[in-house]
Amino acid sequence: MTLVKEAPARPAQKRSAAPAAGRRGRRRENLAGYLFMSPWIAGFLLLTAGPMIASLYYAFTSYNLFTPPKWVGLDNFTTMFQDPRWQKSVEVTLKYVVVATPLKLLLALGVALLLAQNRRGQALYRAAFYMPSLIGASVSVGFVWRALFSDDAVVDRTQKVFGLDVGGWIGNPDYVLYSLVALSIWQFGAPMVIFLAGLKQVPQELYEAAEMDGAGPLRRFWNITLPMISPVLFFNVLLESIHAFQVFGSAYVVSDTRCGPADATLVYTCYLYQKGFKESQMGFASAMAWTLVIAVALVTAVLFWSQKKWVHYEEAAK
Amino acid sequence: MTSATSPVAHTANEGRRIGSLVWHVGALLVLAVVLYPVIWVLGASFKPSKDIIASLDLLPTKPVWANFSGLADGISGISIGSFFSNSLMYAGLAVVGVVLSSSLTAYAFAKIRFAGRNLLFTLMIGTLLLPYHVLLIPQYVLFRNLGYIDTLVPLVAGKFLATEAFFVFLMVQFMRGLPRELDEAAKLDGCGHLRTYWSIVLPLSRPAIITSAIFTFINAWNDFMGPLIYLNTPSKYTVSLGLMMFRDQEGISNYGSMIAMSLVALVPVVAFFMAFQRYLIDGMATSGLKG
Repeated sequence: MTLVKEAPARPAQKRSAAPAAGRRGRRRENLAGYLFMSPWIAGFLLLTAGPMIASLYYAFTSYNLFTPPKWVGLDNFTTMFQDPRWQKSVEVTLKYVVVATPLKLLLALGVALLLAQNRRGQALYRAAFYMPSLIGASVSVGFVWRALFSDDAVVDRTQKVFGLDVGGWIGNPDYVLYSLVALSIWQFGAPMVIFLAGLKQVPQELYEAAEMDGAGPLRRFWNITLPMISPVLFFNVLLESIHAFQVFGSAYVVSDTRCGPADATLVYTCYLYQKGFKESQMGFASAMAWTLVIAVALVTAVLFWSQKKWVHYEEAAK
Repeated sequence: MTSATSPVAHTANEGRRIGSLVWHVGALLVLAVVLYPVIWVLGASFKPSKDIIASLDLLPTKPVWANFSGLADGISGISIGSFFSNSLMYAGLAVVGVVLSSSLTAYAFAKIRFAGRNLLFTLMIGTLLLPYHVLLIPQYVLFRNLGYIDTLVPLVAGKFLATEAFFVFLMVQFMRGLPRELDEAAKLDGCGHLRTYWSIVLPLSRPAIITSAIFTFINAWNDFMGPLIYLNTPSKYTVSLGLMMFRDQEGISNYGSMIAMSLVALVPVVAFFMAFQRYLIDGMATSGLKG
């Protein structure tokens, strides 16, 4: 992206100054650049690159924090794949990602379509719909969720009115995960705002032309809106699914600190936390972390590959 | 879209009015569902403990203050104020760290032509997609070996070292949009990079900086996993951990105070949001789209 942008600037700089001064100037620019970004460089080496190498090493060791890591080869991975709780955590996480992400994006798109019409008080509505996204990560909201979905509380009683008695969601292994899904869907504000910005950029002439050709609202949505916002949709799908893979707080707070009755909300990161920080199995937890990285990278790669089929960029349309 | 296309002017007008009414009713209905938990917690904080789960009323029949006055006792001998000042310290340091380090880094990416810039920029963007959990364990080991467990250092070190790539990216995008003529003029006037950064680019980047500052504050205030891993002494706990203490030790016997404290813990976030929502939402939209 930046490579293309920078290419013409360099010769221009060379032309403007004498060769010797140019070289000195360039050296000074290099120095200034590195000085300005020295916090990032230090942070990258110390807190990102270094730890990545370390965790890759730990993944192949047995390490309990107190004695030095011992090389065990692929043992962590083979134990992990055969561990029924690890399998359960993968199952729970996939279920969560697959259910929560589409529903959240659907709601986000629906509300964005509603708010894209120019009406009075639009900014106020927008802000109100966005609020859950900001407070949703708080432990406070986790408690509220517990109170709303627990046995004999509001949700349970409302269901009973309709004859759907499940006895509360929090204590029920079949339902508790869906209370977390509900919490995730509730925080639809961020993708909604991004959809809204995308919708505002669709040229109105397209709709006018389609209307003249007799296209109804559904048809206009399918043939104009959806293709025009597909880059934004792609961005939201990518971001929200990556986030969903990493859910932790709500599973820990809403269900209980052991992640659910009968491991029903044992999401991947919750098991990683238990293994690493409760059982001090740093090697195993590192192996789990790298497996997550690979899974997320695969999902990202598949999404990027699939975008050729359904994402329309304007350059392609021309 | 819903407005009628009748040839008679006043019926069209009426149609538009009906369309608008339908729109507002629809939007308010969705809003009622979305804001229900918020209103519920507001009402519940004034209900007696035993009514909080059991009562179906959204608002208390007879409001009580006991839940809030009960907060004054604190928990396990630690005052509520202690949790709040710890969180405030964490969030304050995080904001200073992110604004300083990210704006310096962003200036380098946006305004200085130095060798290797493209490669470093790609690396920086790459860290955006990296799951945080792969760094969790080695970072813990690092801070443990340095003797920083049970301090704020592990929580804020990354903020001072520009590891929050999202904010660096946000500021780079913003600074690239600033007119080139400004910093070129500054250069002709003999300003060095430091001067240009401080007196020209930084003041002009205010919207991006405010957005980053507010998001950082709210993220730090809501942060749960960080304090959970790094803080051990209850007197050093942030609000999130204080809330967990409430739940683990008082259980449902004192549900009222727990809900009251939950509400109080949300106040700074909501206040920040109300004051700056315009910046936040626009920042969110632009950063998302330019990605």
